[in-house]
Amino acid sequence: MNWETFFNMGGYAFYVWGSYAVATIVLGLNVWLPLSRYRKLKQNLKKRYETSS
Amino acid sequence: MIFQKLAAPKYFYPFAGKLLPWVTGLCIITLLAGLYQGLFVAPPDYQQGETVRIMFVHVPAAWMSMFVYAMMAGACAIGLVWKIRLTDTFVTACAPIGASFTLIALITGSLWGKPMWGTWWEWDARLTSELILLFLYLGFMALQSAIDDPRRAARAGAILILVGVINLPVIHYSVEWWNTLHQPASVARVDGPTIHSSILIPLLVMATAFKLLFISVVLVRMRTAILENESDSRWLQEQGA
Repeated sequence: MNWETFFNMGGYAFYVWGSYAVATIVLGLNVWLPLSRYRKLKQNLKKRYETSS
Repeated sequence: MIFQKLAAPKYFYPFAGKLLPWVTGLCIITLLAGLYQGLFVAPPDYQQGETVRIMFVHVPAAWMSMFVYAMMAGACAIGLVWKIRLTDTFVTACAPIGASFTLIALITGSLWGKPMWGTWWEWDARLTSELILLFLYLGFMALQSAIDDPRRAARAGAILILVGVINLPVIHYSVEWWNTLHQPASVARVDGPTIHSSILIPLLVMATAFKLLFISVVLVRMRTAILENESDSRWLQEQGA
């Protein structure tokens, strides 16, 4: 198997890679958004606790 | 009781933190294995050709869209009966990821339908009931953000989710009850799967990866919600956030 036929997907490249791209983007956002929110919140809380104690 | 103890944010927060790296690590391993199996090992289908590879995303996402909803409904029922606050946190954390899996199932299904059925969309029973599932998730999220009092929001959300449970058997049996364009089940059957193991294995590995992804995202979301709700609690200040 060479890479060209692999990426071509028997002529269905748009549909196959489109599906994997959509899943990657949607699931990627599902990981990235909550994680960045968690980290930001944690940082703010750390600062707050340090200044109050 | 270990479950009662764990349901307290004070214990759940560090417990979830310890669980997270393991779940995430396993998720990455299974995801890579599933992608390798699905993209390199599985042969093209004799009818669908290479588009069969869309199934390794589409089917697990569709399974997850229903699994997450069932988990939410179960948690809502427990929350209504035993009034455990943590179930509200769990249900709220589930909704966006459940909606995401539903969206992925719908879009990838559409991307498969165009070359195979010759249409992006059909008002077929399976497709329509899955679209209703997406609206149930979005409706739940809208309802939660519209009600300020968290207890009332949780109750209203729980009622919506529990009423919407009726949609789950409709989705599952839609391909049997109605003469649909969508093909009937080939894995979750009483007489066992009817597909070859070269297709079944990547399907099940990807489904496991999606399930682990769901668990780790929910844990992160729940930890964030606990930080927000408990920011004045002493235990959190003592742990240093």
